[in-house]
Amino acid sequence: MYSEKVMDHFRNPRNMGEMENHDGVGKVGNPMCGDIMELYIRIENDIITDAKFMTFGCGAAIATSSMVTELVKGKSLEEALKISNATVAEALDGLPPVKMHCSVLAEDALKAAVEDYRKKKGVGV
Amino acid sequence: MCRGGSCARPQETEFKMKRIYLDHNATTPLNSEVADEVCRCLREDFGNPQTLYSYGKDARKLVHDSRETVASLIGAKREEIIFTSGGTESDNMAVRGVAYGNINKGRHVISSSIEHHAVLESCRALEKEGFEVTYVPVDENGVVRLDELQKAIRPDTVLISIMHANNETGTIQPVSEIGRIAREKGVIFHTDTVQTFGKVKINVDEMNIDLLSASAHKLHGPKGIGALYIRKGIRLKNLIFGGHQERKMRPGTHNVPGIVGLGKAAEIAARDMEGGGNKVLLLRERLWEGIKTNISHIRLNGHPAVRLHNTLNVSFEFVEGESLILGLDDQGICVASGSACTSDSLEPSHVLTAMGLSPEIAHGSLRFSLGRNNTEEEIDFVIQALPKVVERMRSMSPLYREFLKKQGKT
Repeated sequence: MYSEKVMDHFRNPRNMGEMENHDGVGKVGNPMCGDIMELYIRIENDIITDAKFMTFGCGAAIATSSMVTELVKGKSLEEALKISNATVAEALDGLPPVKMHCSVLAEDALKAAVEDYRKKKGVGV
Repeated sequence: MCRGGSCARPQETEFKMKRIYLDHNATTPLNSEVADEVCRCLREDFGNPQTLYSYGKDARKLVHDSRETVASLIGAKREEIIFTSGGTESDNMAVRGVAYGNINKGRHVISSSIEHHAVLESCRALEKEGFEVTYVPVDENGVVRLDELQKAIRPDTVLISIMHANNETGTIQPVSEIGRIAREKGVIFHTDTVQTFGKVKINVDEMNIDLLSASAHKLHGPKGIGALYIRKGIRLKNLIFGGHQERKMRPGTHNVPGIVGLGKAAEIAARDMEGGGNKVLLLRERLWEGIKTNISHIRLNGHPAVRLHNTLNVSFEFVEGESLILGLDDQGICVASGSACTSDSLEPSHVLTAMGLSPEIAHGSLRFSLGRNNTEEEIDFVIQALPKVVERMRSMSPLYREFLKKQGKT
């Protein structure tokens, strides 16, 4: 049911782990639903220079977390905010319909991380 | 990563990985003796059992003999067995058939919160059609609470439907006591024995069972064939309309090869019940010991002792079941989970949550269901592979990190 790309990111997740001294973190989902995603970003001159994640969830949740960290690296904040759940799902060669909510979670985590950064900087969202 | 641009899975291209099947509560491999009988029937006995000439007679004899075997396995009479397309149809026919067949007595049905969807959805359909259904709760081990069952019985109760062993936890229900209570109160009693038929001794008279559902493919038989035992004198309405087959209760030309397969599978099950069961029990205990020794923060789900000998349901804290299944599948190990992510719904297992498990613990459950073909070597392989998979998923889990941080502080 999963694409090879999803399985690849599940088997070999990119940028997995906690980021100490991050500039922004997005924590979304809850254990009741079976998904928790934490996305950390490091930012220099409005460019996301590094991203990491930790996730409790199914194969699709892990793959979308991994993919979103890959997609945001090197992007400006404006560019990063244009990444939608569809972008993440497409980059993984698609997700089964029942798993689309995992890509929404990835988008939400990214938006929450940027918002967290802006809040800390005292910039309006 | 892509290899030569093909993205083919390594285990399919470079070598055939040895696979370990531990999901026998979902379905079982076809027994070779059964396969031989089914194939012979498919090739040679194509006759319609309803016809009078020799081909029909040959087919009729096969159906007759299979019915006899199935009946004898549960202490029933041949004429009390009806062949169906499987467990789901048997459950539908029992629940809806009895409800509609006894409408003059009342419109109240009792079932439990841990039934298979074939029973639960039949009950829900009845509710929409003006019946009332009471779902009796279970205790923390997943055993139906008899005190609640007693309280639920009303003058207009027509049916109690409670399964023999639960498919997810393997917990065995006090079916004899339920049968006695139902008989005393004059209520018809149906039990879904899809997980126990041929594995556990069943006697419909001693256990006061009025209707019983069974399926062939959980018993190393073919898919698409099952049976419903209906005690003589029980009134029920048929769901399907057509010819005179199965006393008009279940019309449609007999699935003779399927029926032959069910009969053969039942015959083998009866022959191997005791020895095979003990072997599987030892393997399951070996697996549980291995898991307990090698992995921390786990929980056994289901009754510790009164449980189907092949089933082991364990929750692994801080991780999610589907990711464990995928990780184990990469090692060739096939198991099931009560996680929502393995189903099309967003809810975790209704069975585990009915037992009082929190959703996050239910999400992290794995069900190992063993079969007679499993070996010690296979179990030992699982025991060494599983901790690594759990450890890998925990290393990604923010829940586990939080837990470790808290541990460090205290």
